[in-house]
Amino acid sequence: MRDGPDLLSDLLRRARSRGASAGDAILVESDTFAVQVRLKAVDKVKQARERRLGLRLFFGQRSAVTATSDLSADSLARLLDETCAMAAAMPEDPAAGLPDPSALAREIPDLDLYDGSAFGLPLDDRIALARRAEEAALTADPRITNSEGGEFEASAARICYANTHGFQGEYRSSSHVLTVVPVASVSGQMQRDYWYSAHRKLAGLETPEAVGRTAAARTVRRLNARKVPTQEVPVIFEPEVAASLLRMLAGAASGSAIYRKVSFLAGRLGETIASPAVTVVDDGSLPGALGSRPFDAEGLPTRRTVLVERGVLQSYLLDSYSARKLGLASTGNAGREVGDAPVVTATNFFLQPGPHSPEAILRSVDHGLLVAELIGFGVNLVTGDYSRGAAGFWIEGGEVAYPVEEITIAGNLNEMLRQIEMVGHDPVLRGRFAAPTLKIGRMTVAGH
Amino acid sequence: MDRHPVKPQHFFEDRFGLSPQKIGRVLGNLLGKPVDYGDLYFEYRVSEGFALEEGQVKRATRNITQGVGVRATAEEKTGYAFSDEITVERVELAARTARAIAERAGGTGPVPVALPGGRPHSLYPIARPPTEASLPEKLSLLEQVDRVARSVDPRVTQVMASFTAEHKIVLVATADGLAVGDIQPLTRLQVTCIAEAGGRREIGSFGGGGRAEFGFFLEGERFARYAREAARQALLNLEAVEAPAGTFTVVLGPGWPGIVLHEAVGHGLEADFNRKGTSAFTGRIGERVASPLCTVVDDGTLPGRRGSLNVDDEGTPTSRTVLIENGILRGYLQDRLNAALMRMPLTGNGRRESYAHIPMPRMTNTFMLAGTTPPEEILRSVKHGLYAVSFGGGQVDITSGKFVFSASEAYLIEDGRITVPVKGATLIGNGPDVLTRVTMVGNDLALDEGIGTCGKDGQSVPVGVGLPTIRIDGITVGGTAAR
Repeated sequence: MRDGPDLLSDLLRRARSRGASAGDAILVESDTFAVQVRLKAVDKVKQARERRLGLRLFFGQRSAVTATSDLSADSLARLLDETCAMAAAMPEDPAAGLPDPSALAREIPDLDLYDGSAFGLPLDDRIALARRAEEAALTADPRITNSEGGEFEASAARICYANTHGFQGEYRSSSHVLTVVPVASVSGQMQRDYWYSAHRKLAGLETPEAVGRTAAARTVRRLNARKVPTQEVPVIFEPEVAASLLRMLAGAASGSAIYRKVSFLAGRLGETIASPAVTVVDDGSLPGALGSRPFDAEGLPTRRTVLVERGVLQSYLLDSYSARKLGLASTGNAGREVGDAPVVTATNFFLQPGPHSPEAILRSVDHGLLVAELIGFGVNLVTGDYSRGAAGFWIEGGEVAYPVEEITIAGNLNEMLRQIEMVGHDPVLRGRFAAPTLKIGRMTVAGH
Repeated sequence: MDRHPVKPQHFFEDRFGLSPQKIGRVLGNLLGKPVDYGDLYFEYRVSEGFALEEGQVKRATRNITQGVGVRATAEEKTGYAFSDEITVERVELAARTARAIAERAGGTGPVPVALPGGRPHSLYPIARPPTEASLPEKLSLLEQVDRVARSVDPRVTQVMASFTAEHKIVLVATADGLAVGDIQPLTRLQVTCIAEAGGRREIGSFGGGGRAEFGFFLEGERFARYAREAARQALLNLEAVEAPAGTFTVVLGPGWPGIVLHEAVGHGLEADFNRKGTSAFTGRIGERVASPLCTVVDDGTLPGRRGSLNVDDEGTPTSRTVLIENGILRGYLQDRLNAALMRMPLTGNGRRESYAHIPMPRMTNTFMLAGTTPPEEILRSVKHGLYAVSFGGGQVDITSGKFVFSASEAYLIEDGRITVPVKGATLIGNGPDVLTRVTMVGNDLALDEGIGTCGKDGQSVPVGVGLPTIRIDGITVGGTAAR
């Protein structure tokens, strides 16, 4: 079989000869391996290799996107026929098109995103990683009585992209995740929690023992949880749940939500949207980070974008389409599923650390809630209305008093962002979204 | 009568050269000590998506996905390998991999499973796959949705609509020598409206679908009803006040609010969590977990429904399973592996997202049977509470039993009357407890319109829910208006 970039360029050449005015194509080849161990015995092992090609063609301002996992010559010829027919029959969209050729990435930096060593490990060694992690959780505390398992997963991909502006690029990336989900119980009541470590490099993972011990500690601390009365109090978000606020913010700052006006941030560039303690950055060029990539899904260079600087909204996250709609320039935030058109995607999206220790933040609350977990989907990005199920710890006199559950926290993202009173100095870029400990001045806690 | 021109067995043989003899040989090599069970799942899927915004269809996608998943199990252990290339060589390679993985278990030989009897269902016979409707037909559908929604009220400023269709051909070849094929159509039309007035902007959504032809959306101008409903909800939200916070009597309307059953009891009764002892319902079969007014079933055999299947993704015919009968916990939802290990009968609930995923016990259509009380009487009985008729999504922590779901349309009930609309209420409860607080069940059972997608372990599958109007005495409502 022809190699990736050549296959794509050839396909695009044939599309041009069929009347397409422009187009791009993407090929993703991936290997995945996952093992799950439960109560020390192997539960599931999964292994696969996949390859998928996506094609987007423009006939002037008309376009369509197709994809297939069948890369035989016949299948690709059919794909070309279908894509041409579909694109030509679509309505015109004045904003449609590839990015300006002058904006395309000129060099493809090595961001150190790939490590294939996990695939060279013997099966038993891969199993051992999951086993050690779970075992550390099972032996950490007598109240850990069961487990949903320990899991090790490795994936590696080769991503090739080409467009009719002559751009051709490819890179390799990998990720490794180690997860443990212990179950703790006392007197008939059960709680589960989890911990994980994720890294581009196998050697970058936390040790299996550390992952297991943290998972156990997080699970055990939830036992004997109570409900609290309904009231308004200060709420502290632990880093893991604070990161979920950043996900919301990234969604609301996405150019496609902005031009459709389905975001509470629409039309607010230059305004103060958060407390001065808040600075938020998206950076796809960080070496080795999980959200990094050497170029975006339209061939544009990735970069560092300051979205919110000391509370002021400085930029949106943009791909070429949303940028054209808003009269702005792309921030290199196009992401793409192989079978779909590019969409705005955050890369590494984080809230910059502040001056406070998590302990000092806790001490500042006389009577309030420390949130450790959020469930449900009660966030409305159009209005900012926010209401989610929560579990965590009640704070009395600056100290954790007891675990709480079956409560909700509610507010509005507009006010929540403005009421961020303290920002911790404890961030770790564990995933693509990250934030330190945050204290929000006042939210409604619903209980009994 | 089967109106499909295509039989899955013939399809995979003609297209990929997979004769019954070749499939049999792969299975033969896959099975044998210590492997207890094994199967091959072949899938060929064409899926399409069209999206409209700003009055114009802007996105058109067409995806062809094919692949085979090979599974070998030995006791509790599963080896799984898959390939997106369907050739005899690749299937054999995947089978060797799956077997090698399972072999490390040191199994004790085949575990007997009660095989399903009866004839396979024919729940979605269609003349034309929804993906084969013409492009102008699909574009026109979305353009009409846009026109109808905008015509409702000038305050409707934005309409977003999407149409997705899927035509999936599957063939499951099992260790029992069964080769079961199915052709599964699936369509969905979703409409979202933004309404603006007085500097306020609100959203409303509505949609539906099922295992149906394209024409489903044109019947009785169903698409127009979706469009008007989405617009109405957005306009209603312009008037909505902040939801109350605290514990209230809640009346759930019929249909989609059945998501409460999916989250509060359905997931907790999936066999895997119960075999492992990690569900809040573990070991409680035969116990009272709901008021005697409550009977909850999971039924994969409803014609044309989004959650229905002729056979599950392990080749087992789907069935109707009673989960709770007059308040007593009766059953679990089973797949092959868990049924074998628990020595319980199959229920046809082994499902997987695609060939790339290992089957798990999953729900199909989950609903509560109707009671006898007229819904008006239920509303009249409430002095002060919340009436919730439409929801966004829900989620559950199976181990603690805590679940949430978020209202997208809800009202205050004051002195037995529906008064002002409220927005942004999330309801949180405890699975084993919430149905014991059901004090009234309406005579108006309705199933949802066909929009549900359930996520578990990273796998998404289409599901359905249903509910009559019910009254729950005491559930925590998370709004911002603290009393």
